[in-house]
Formats: sequence, structure tokens, C-alpha cells
Amino acid sequence: MARPPSRRPGHNRKAQYSLFASYVVAVTGAAIGLLLIVVAIFDPTGFAGIRAVTAELTRPVSVGLKNMVSGVSSIDEVLAAYWRAGSQNVALRRQVEADRNRIIEAKAVAQENARLKKLLKLVDEDASQLLTARLISSSSSSARRFARLNAGRWQGVQPGMPVRATEGLIGRVHSTTPNTSDVLLLTDSGSIVPVRRANDNVPAIATGAGDGSLEIRSLSAGRNPFKPGDLLVTSGIGGIYQPNIPVAVVVRVQGEIAWGFPLANPSRVDAVVVERAFEQVVTRPDPGAPAAADGAEPGNVATP
Amino acid sequence: MIDRHLHYVPRLGRNPSRFRLAGIPVITVMLGSSVTALPVIAQSPVMPPFGLLFLLSWRLLRPELWRAWIGLPLGLFDDMMSGQPIGSAMFLWTIMLIGVDAVEHRMIWRSYRQDWLIAGFAIIVCMAGGLFFARITGGGDVRLLLVAPQMFWTILLFPFVVRQCARIDRWRVMA
Repeated sequence: MARPPSRRPGHNRKAQYSLFASYVVAVTGAAIGLLLIVVAIFDPTGFAGIRAVTAELTRPVSVGLKNMVSGVSSIDEVLAAYWRAGSQNVALRRQVEADRNRIIEAKAVAQENARLKKLLKLVDEDASQLLTARLISSSSSSARRFARLNAGRWQGVQPGMPVRATEGLIGRVHSTTPNTSDVLLLTDSGSIVPVRRANDNVPAIATGAGDGSLEIRSLSAGRNPFKPGDLLVTSGIGGIYQPNIPVAVVVRVQGEIAWGFPLANPSRVDAVVVERAFEQVVTRPDPGAPAAADGAEPGNVATP
Repeated sequence: MIDRHLHYVPRLGRNPSRFRLAGIPVITVMLGSSVTALPVIAQSPVMPPFGLLFLLSWRLLRPELWRAWIGLPLGLFDDMMSGQPIGSAMFLWTIMLIGVDAVEHRMIWRSYRQDWLIAGFAIIVCMAGGLFFARITGGGDVRLLLVAPQMFWTILLFPFVVRQCARIDRWRVMA
């Protein structure tokens, strides 16, 4: 095939000017786009307010579709379960047998705990939960990992609030619009969560890798203390996340870095809980009190 | 700018409406960008950028349809839908369209394969650029390998999207 008809306007002066003007507009617009990105380097949520328009418009669509497909989304899991179903069944039975004893023990411990707390007259008021909402869509085509939450500023959600499911941590609120908010998922490469090993408090930092896994770096010097199977929970350092929210399980150790997978899968969980930032919960409302900063410390250590 | 010849479709005294001629391509690109509204919570970048695919398809199928500035409004809409920083697709799509214009001037022979090649390069440039912008605006250490699978199947998907565009185009110009 020969080339398509030329777009050169020939001798028509008016057409020449119009073509030239279109390129001037295009280049100017591209420069403005570049400028917006430079602004975003220093203030990532600066122009995200524009996003409110589309977020609000697509919210009903996403919510409706979510209600329709929430049952279908786990179909791959169902199919995968058929693979080696027999041996899996035997292994799971043994697991259940082993777990039953532990559950009974745990129940006993919980009862004892409640009794002791009553004795100590310790009131465990939990003012951290703000609301429960659903994740309705995500930035599935971008390299960033954002999920959209079906609750926003008008429901009291503020940027920085942690988001969790019953299984574990999901992420934190990045930006809000009146009725939706964008959640920066745990697996985003810009998300950093201070964690510790559940059984012996080895501190570490969990950074997202962008592909669904987490990169876990130990804060202590020396050789990598992690081994596959280690459970990581939030440490409460930094003042955003409550301590003791399950985060990830280590699956592979590679030199200095351990690789983990989040315990809560945002595509599987039905509803997520938005919590107030940890610092707001533990510090007293009067500002400027020097004791406020120290107040966060016992919370981190008291509950191992 | 709409091709002047398109106003004389031989369907006895009827012309397609202006909205259909000019609006349908824009709407398809915007619908392509809106795929992210589907209730899929992706754990890695898996969804091909359908907005970009539709834009490229229309541009290569109908070179006279749009001037290069169309990348600005459509790119802005794509930025609002995707999680990319605002301005990312605005810049990349416009630059990409200017690039396609420049390449088209120099090419003597054009066929379907050359179109696919141009689209392939454009997709790689736009997605690598998007990754770079995500990285400098707080995305942390994102590797190019992360979007490599997405790039690969976006390029493979291009012929399919062009076919769908051609099908829509046939309906678009018929009154």
C-alpha cells in the first residue's frame, strides 16, 4: 500500500497556518503536562483534586458492578483448589487436628486475659475504627497500586488513615474526594510500613515491590534474621498504623532482603475498615503537651 | 478535522450526524480509559491501557481525523481515570502523536505491519514514560521489568483493537 494522502496543506495559506497552530497548541499543552508532573514531584496529591470529577462519576458504576461480581471474583481460587485435591485434603485434615488444640488453648488464654483485665480495672476503649467500606476499583493499568474506596471526605475519611481488613493490613488513604478515596495499597512501591516479627519483635521495614509482593529489610545489622514462614505485624512506630495488625508472611530469603506476601488480599476481602491514625488515638486532644509524644511509646511495647 | 469525502456517503440523501462522525472516536477512547472503573483490585499492573490502544488505532486508521493536540484532553481524562500523576498521559500521548506525524512524513510505503511496528514503539514509549513519571512522583523504586508483561500483551492486543475500531468506523461513516 502506498502512503496515505499527505497531510501537508499545499499552497493554501489558511490551511498552513491552521496546521502550524495545531502543533503550537500541542507542544504548549505537552509542556503544561510536564509542568504538572514537576509539581507532582514535590506535591503528589496537589492536582489530584481534579480526579474528584471522574471518581464521583464512576463510583455508582463501580459499586454496581462490584455488587454483581463479588461472588465471581474468587472463581480462579475455586478452580485451583481442584488441583491435587486429594493430598491437599489429607494435609488440611492434619492441620485442622493440630489447630483445634491451639484454638482451645487460645480461648482459655483469652478468657483469662479478660478476667485479669477486669481485675486491673483496665478499660480497653477502642476509638480507632472509623467506618467500614468496600474497595470498588483500582489503578489496574498503572504502575502505581491504588484502590478506590467507597467512602470519602463527607464520611470522615482523611488522607493518611490506615485501612485494614480482618485478615490484615490493606494500606492507607492517599487522597480523598467527597464520596470516594484512593487507598495506597501495601504493595505499592511507594508504600513503607514499619513492621516487626510477631514472635520476637525483630524490627523491619516492609516496602511494596509493585507486583503483589513485599520487600522486607531488617533494621538490625548483621545477617538477615528472617526465614520463610515468619509472620510480620505492624510495630506502631511512625504513628500511622496501630501496632499488631498482621501484615505479611515471609516466603523467600535472598541475601539481605526477605520477600513476603501480604496476608490480606485486597481483591478477595469483602469489606475493609478505615481506622484513625494511631497517633490521633493514643495522644491526648490538647495540643502542645510534651507528654503527648511519650504517650505513643507504651502502646508500642505494652502489647507484644 | 473530518475528511470532506465522508460527508457524501452514498446512502440516498442521508449523512451521518456530526456528533457521530466526530464524537464516536473520542467516546471510544474515553471508554477505553474508563476500563479502570471495573471492580478489579489488581495486585500488579496487568490491565492493558485501552485508552492508548484506541487512540493509536484511530490515529493510524484515520490519519486525517485528529490533529496532534487531541492528545491533551484525552490524555487528561486518562490521567484522571488511571492512577498516574496528572499530566503524564497528557504529555506522553501528545508527544507520541507528534512523533507518529513525523514518522508518517518519512515513510514511503505503509502497510498493516508498519502500522503495528509504529504502534509497538508508541506503546513502549508511552508505558516506559508512564513508569518513569510514576517513579519520580513518589512511586519509589519501580523496575521496568514490572511493566514488561503489560507492554508485551498490549502490543499483541493492538491488531484486535484496530479491527474493532475499523468495525466501529464502518458504522460511523454510514448514515
